[in-house]
Amino acid sequence: MANNGSHITEYRVLAKILLILMFCTFLTISVTSFHLGALTVTVALLIAGFKSFLVLSYFMHLKYESLLLRILVSMVFVLFIVIVLITFIDYSFR
Amino acid sequence: MNNTEYISFMDHQGKYKGIFAWIFSTDHKRIAFLYMYAIATFFLVGAILGLLMRFELIAPGETIMKPQTYNGLFTVHGIIMIFMVVIPGLSAVFGNFFLPLHIGAKDVAFPKLNLFSWYLFMFGSILAIASQLLKSGPPDTGWTFYAPYSTTTGTNVITATTAAFILGFSSILTGLNFIVTVHQMRAPGMKFFNMPLFPWSIYATAWIQLLATPVVGITLVMLIAERLFGIGFFNPDLGGDPVLFQHLFWIYSHPAVYIMILPAMGVITEIIPTFCQKRVYGYKAIAMSSLAIAGVGFLVWGHHMYTSGMSNQARWFFSLLTFIVAVPSAIKVFNWISTMYKGSIDMKPPFVFALAFIFLFMIGGLTGLILGSVATDIQVHDTSFIVAHFHYIIFGGMGFAFFAAIHYWLPKMYGKMYNFKRANIAAISLFIGFNLLYFPQFIIGIQGMPRRYFDYLPRFQWAQVISTIGGVILVSAIILMIYNLVMGVRKGAKAPANPWHGSTLEWTIPSPPSLENFDEAPFVKENPYDYN
Repeated sequence: MANNGSHITEYRVLAKILLILMFCTFLTISVTSFHLGALTVTVALLIAGFKSFLVLSYFMHLKYESLLLRILVSMVFVLFIVIVLITFIDYSFR
Repeated sequence: MNNTEYISFMDHQGKYKGIFAWIFSTDHKRIAFLYMYAIATFFLVGAILGLLMRFELIAPGETIMKPQTYNGLFTVHGIIMIFMVVIPGLSAVFGNFFLPLHIGAKDVAFPKLNLFSWYLFMFGSILAIASQLLKSGPPDTGWTFYAPYSTTTGTNVITATTAAFILGFSSILTGLNFIVTVHQMRAPGMKFFNMPLFPWSIYATAWIQLLATPVVGITLVMLIAERLFGIGFFNPDLGGDPVLFQHLFWIYSHPAVYIMILPAMGVITEIIPTFCQKRVYGYKAIAMSSLAIAGVGFLVWGHHMYTSGMSNQARWFFSLLTFIVAVPSAIKVFNWISTMYKGSIDMKPPFVFALAFIFLFMIGGLTGLILGSVATDIQVHDTSFIVAHFHYIIFGGMGFAFFAAIHYWLPKMYGKMYNFKRANIAAISLFIGFNLLYFPQFIIGIQGMPRRYFDYLPRFQWAQVISTIGGVILVSAIILMIYNLVMGVRKGAKAPANPWHGSTLEWTIPSPPSLENFDEAPFVKENPYDYN
């Protein structure tokens, strides 16, 4: 492992990430007042995906992990995106 | 190994005595035994339920039970066999026992988590059994819990889905454990491409367990929320979409088929080179095909839904992907047969079971192509053709691989041999009984016999009678096989360290292994199947 448990993230950085996450939550709620049609789910997923990225990177220290571990987690994200896209081949053309 | 210092893991005196030495043990081998005894018990219960269904279907109309009992029975049979036997079967039993041995490790990466997974498995299993016995009656939805019926039926759906949720957690934790074990605990010198192919299959399976199982977990929670709080996820009356349930359910449950079959393929890939005394043909192709099956297997779930009202574009897309996933499976079959070519074949029981596996899996796989094609699938969807295909893959595949595995590795696990002649008789009887039971279902399925029906037209009776006779032969053969194995464990001759002349690491240590498997971590540089 790259960090060996030795990396400490500054509180200031964590506080900033927390604020961004809270803003994203506010954004998720606010965006529902707009009629985005088919894009509603896309926008919600994009915001949620960005929030997951921040949590994984900073709170779960993935940013400081080895390249292999980051690639493995990235592949999970890619798989998730592919599954959502394939599902929407059904919903978009029905 | 110095025999004067050797104490098998079974004889090792730890902190606890008696049954507590087992249920509190974090040794991967003891945990494998815990899984095996539990799963074998559940399998026998599921098999008896299946036989009762066969007796009901021996003639049209009511024979030995009421229609609602039959509905409960096929649901219970499905839940027990899928969630409590087939999904954990090979991975939890033989993965636990042999993954560390194959990679030269002392244990899995997280032994306590491993034991916790077993406790979760048992808790989930007890809850699943309770769902059949509680007041409202067993769930009658089938093991797929399809909405909207599952959101409205008065039976114990919440208890059963909670059980499946907990069993899923056990599966996730086991998968996580195995992934970390493979990455972190391989013997010195052992690269990924020096690993035997069983660990490769367990590794690919573990990724599916880790990534796909949460999807069904959250789906079942949504179903429970809909039933308890009236949230409209799936029921159209509440504004929900029942096809969404099918998407979410099959996003897990199709990859789950590969959770069942990938370790089976791993077992067969171990047995064939051993009993041909020949280096496995196309090692890297087999290893990579395991990963390819795991990867592409995630993207084909829609072929279960061709008749559910999906868009046409989605149908042909899923059909295309389904045909693609057949390729890596075919690579494996090709490589197994090529390994046998000009090998010194020894027809011992594990090899007989492995041959039966290939035959049955091929029938299951080829009939799967009929189901992968949209036009032909619509003809046979929800008929007994599906029942036959599914059982050829799952029972003919995973089931026979489990039997092959226990005959292959029993000498290592218990340090005892069994009667070969009796084992071969059981294997051949199983093969005959299996085909008599399931092949007629293909024929009447094409003719229009629906699945999950309590009653049927008289013109289908000939096949139902043959199937029931096959079921009786099959269960009798299972009893003979278990009797033979139990007798072997109790009274069999002592097994040598390497009775089959295998080349992988588990055969380099005594039978049964000691607590920490290897006195010193082995140094591995070569191909694991070097018979030269």
